Amino acid sequence: MAKTMKKVDAVIVGFGWTGAIMAKELTEAGLNVVALERGPMRDTYPDGSYPQTIDELTYNIRKKLFMDVSRETVTVRNTTADGALPMRQLAAFLPGTGVGGAGLHWSGVHFRVDPVELRLRSHYEERYGKKFIPEGMTIQDFGVSYEELEPHFDFAEKVFGTSGTAWSIKGKVVGEGKGGNPFAADRSDDFPLEAQKNSVSGTLFGKAAEAVGYHPYNMPSANTSGPYTNPYGCQMGPCNFCGFCSGYACYMYSKASPNVNVLPALRQEPKFELRANAHVLKVNLASDGKRATGVTYVDAQGQEVVQPAELVILGAFQFNNVRLLLLSGIGKPYDPVSGKGTVGKNFAYQNLATIKAFFGKDQHHTNPFIGAGGNGVAIDDFNGDNFDHGPAGFVGGSPMWVNQAGTKPISGLAVPPGTPAWGSAWKAAAADYYTHHLSMDMHGAHQSYRDNYLDLDPNYKDAFGMPLLRMTFDWKENDIKMSRFMVDKMRKIAEAMNPKAIGVYAKDFGSHFDLSSYQTTHLNGGAIMGTDPSTSAINRYLQSWDVPNVFVLGASAFPQGLGYNPTGLVAALAYWSAKAIREQYLKHPGALVQA
Amino acid sequence: MSPDDTSPARRDFLRKSLTLIPAAALAGQAASGAAAAAPGHGAAAARDYQPTFFTPEEWAFLRAGVARLIPADERGPGALEAGVPEYIDRQMATPYASGSQWYMHGPFNPDAPKTMGYQLRLAPREIYRLGIRDAEAWSRKQHGKPFATLDAATQDALLAQFEQGEAQFEGVPSKVFFALLLGNTREGFFCDPVHGGNQGMVGWTLIGFPGARADFMDWVERDERYPFPPVSIRGERA
Ligand SMILES: Cc1cc2nc3c(=O)[nH]c(=O)nc-3n(C[C@H](O)[C@H](O)[C@H](O)COP(=O)(O)OP(=O)(O)OC[C@H]3O[C@@H](n4cnc5c(N)ncnc54)[C@H](O)[C@@H]3O)c2cc1C
Ligand code: SF4
Repeated sequence: MAKTMKKVDAVIVGFGWTGAIMAKELTEAGLNVVALERGPMRDTYPDGSYPQTIDELTYNIRKKLFMDVSRETVTVRNTTADGALPMRQLAAFLPGTGVGGAGLHWSGVHFRVDPVELRLRSHYEERYGKKFIPEGMTIQDFGVSYEELEPHFDFAEKVFGTSGTAWSIKGKVVGEGKGGNPFAADRSDDFPLEAQKNSVSGTLFGKAAEAVGYHPYNMPSANTSGPYTNPYGCQMGPCNFCGFCSGYACYMYSKASPNVNVLPALRQEPKFELRANAHVLKVNLASDGKRATGVTYVDAQGQEVVQPAELVILGAFQFNNVRLLLLSGIGKPYDPVSGKGTVGKNFAYQNLATIKAFFGKDQHHTNPFIGAGGNGVAIDDFNGDNFDHGPAGFVGGSPMWVNQAGTKPISGLAVPPGTPAWGSAWKAAAADYYTHHLSMDMHGAHQSYRDNYLDLDPNYKDAFGMPLLRMTFDWKENDIKMSRFMVDKMRKIAEAMNPKAIGVYAKDFGSHFDLSSYQTTHLNGGAIMGTDPSTSAINRYLQSWDVPNVFVLGASAFPQGLGYNPTGLVAALAYWSAKAIREQYLKHPGALVQA
Repeated sequence: MSPDDTSPARRDFLRKSLTLIPAAALAGQAASGAAAAAPGHGAAAARDYQPTFFTPEEWAFLRAGVARLIPADERGPGALEAGVPEYIDRQMATPYASGSQWYMHGPFNPDAPKTMGYQLRLAPREIYRLGIRDAEAWSRKQHGKPFATLDAATQDALLAQFEQGEAQFEGVPSKVFFALLLGNTREGFFCDPVHGGNQGMVGWTLIGFPGARADFMDWVERDERYPFPPVSIRGERA
């Protein structure tokens, strides 16, 4: 028999970035809030304490902080005609678990969004005509504008303690010649911290990009360039470029995380309770299916517990949110044949390619072990719609950058193409090039398509006997066209550095989604936001169209993938949704947008 | 409201960047930051170690195999000198080696394309057990002798057959076995010595990786050789 807890005003599923932000906002509004996190308690101490955390084998290789796939994973197939297989080992993406979620061990690249991408379909139709968008590509507008979100981008940067160089503030150009990004949207205020120093690799990239005619800028990073206290009173110390950043908890209190930047304030809040090791199985609905009554979870002892609540917030990360909606029967599951239904629709990813440049030992010392997760130099000349897509013939843009986050020898040692994988020749190349190479990426927006979608797997189950989520996903012609175009541009930047050798790591026509190698953990869609309940699962305030006391936060709301990394927009949307709950919903609980 | 200070270490980190080196390393720290002594021939052998997972025959194969994957040569010590066999044997006692960190529920489809990731039901312990058995059988079939007794060129040729999937294995595809062996060998060559490999930090010294120093505030902008030798989690200095 399930145990039933005392009813609360709001229950939050997952305590990563979105869960933490919403918990703070709702307790500020006076609500009693319980956050349920499936993973263990985690914090800087002990999970990121020096020197134990400086251990590549334990963290990058054995993946100590990431989701435990022995208990719960996803299945994958390329097309509806294939049988799906479970992702048995972590590799392509590395979702978080435990208090802080992926926010504890993310890298900290902290962008806003290119405003064009919020109204992608409308923009392309206006500039290039309806026919330009290929058949089967299901991109949509978000239903919210950059101007509406701007105050929330600004506040999130202040909470995260983000370092960067503004281009323009309230219409006045301030960042010219200083490392600002001329393509960046206007801002209401500066970054809370100035940009971090640049790595040698970043500087080389910037000079080469400039020589080729592009506009390098300092990447905004949620790694601190100096000491900082955020609006919640949480303190951070300066990042020292330790290089053990992505996949690690920061031992210096320098990388923004829910644990460092929000939880210390929430701990002072008697209306807030955090329960770790609480795995939510489903959202419970009233008999009419139109109201959530709370959630059911399994606690550390394996006991089922019912937590009644007035308001249910899903902040369980993109694909977990979608799975919870499907398991709970909230919204209509998407059907790729009819195109009807919304839950699972528009699953999109990132379209990444990498070029490595290898220098002679008297040419450059790039010391790639030095780095910070969000640190780098980038160009936006080919991001968003900053160039004419007409002749290029594809949808989407890509920033390009050197983002030297700390390259370590087991996971990141690179040798020039053609080097054998072992033996003396490999050893010599490893020794000759490790401290003399750099890596650059085209990060790549990824579009949504009619037949890339999510549903429940009919065969494979998790440790609780519940069906796994199934991803039906593959690269499409548009993705490959874009990748080839961008790689071509990036190669010219690499060549301008005069390296001895160049390695290109990119998809080509016929390439399939590869579960065995890491790309990014930037998964999007499946519970997308929009203005029409027949084409979106949640409204512009991230409220379920079907069950209005359920809000679904995170990149599951993105109708397609961004050129930039997602978390800046994920955080801004969480604050935007919180504002709607605080100012509108709590006064008149119910649908915030009439269907 | 003030942020909580539940962590004893927290206050120390705020406001300034400390130069952090594991305590034991400080004792022997020369202020000059002189380059590490160049490792070369005659570098110390790995410490003595008695395997607990591998049988004597398997151990002989493992030692001979890793010594070819990362050989000792004019660039310095190789996998054997770094203690890679000890590392791999010690790994066999971890949850990783029993596959308990992987999703291991059937049905399995071992013929799935490589892009679907690992799809076998075998855990690393089983891959070693079956793989070494099959590698030895293949070696005897081709050359009439155990792998460890062959000359280096013949061993390299056999390893290349395993790598390419050209050797006929019974229990596990030779490519899968080879990939595991090579992956674990690199791990053991470059991991922190706390895991039993990279003894004397010879792997890090070879490539110029500074180990657990993890503080580069003053070095990030310099296009120069980083002069300090590596340190380990336990505070050893190369
Ligand atoms: C290695 C890595 C590097 C990254 N780097 C960047 C970067 O540089 N820039 C960027 O913008 N983004 C980056 N990201 C992505 C970023 O981490 C995510 O966008 C962000 O954390 C999303 O926040 P979230 O709240 O949606 O999910 P998360 O922060 O992952 O939190 C979700 C939480 O929900 C919990 N949960 C899931 N299911 C359940 C359940 N059933 N019951 C209870 N709890 C549950 C999870 O355990 C988790 O703790 C990176 C991610 C990774 C893994
Ligand atoms: S690189 Fe900087 S932000 Fe990242 S973990 Fe190290 S000190 Fe922290």
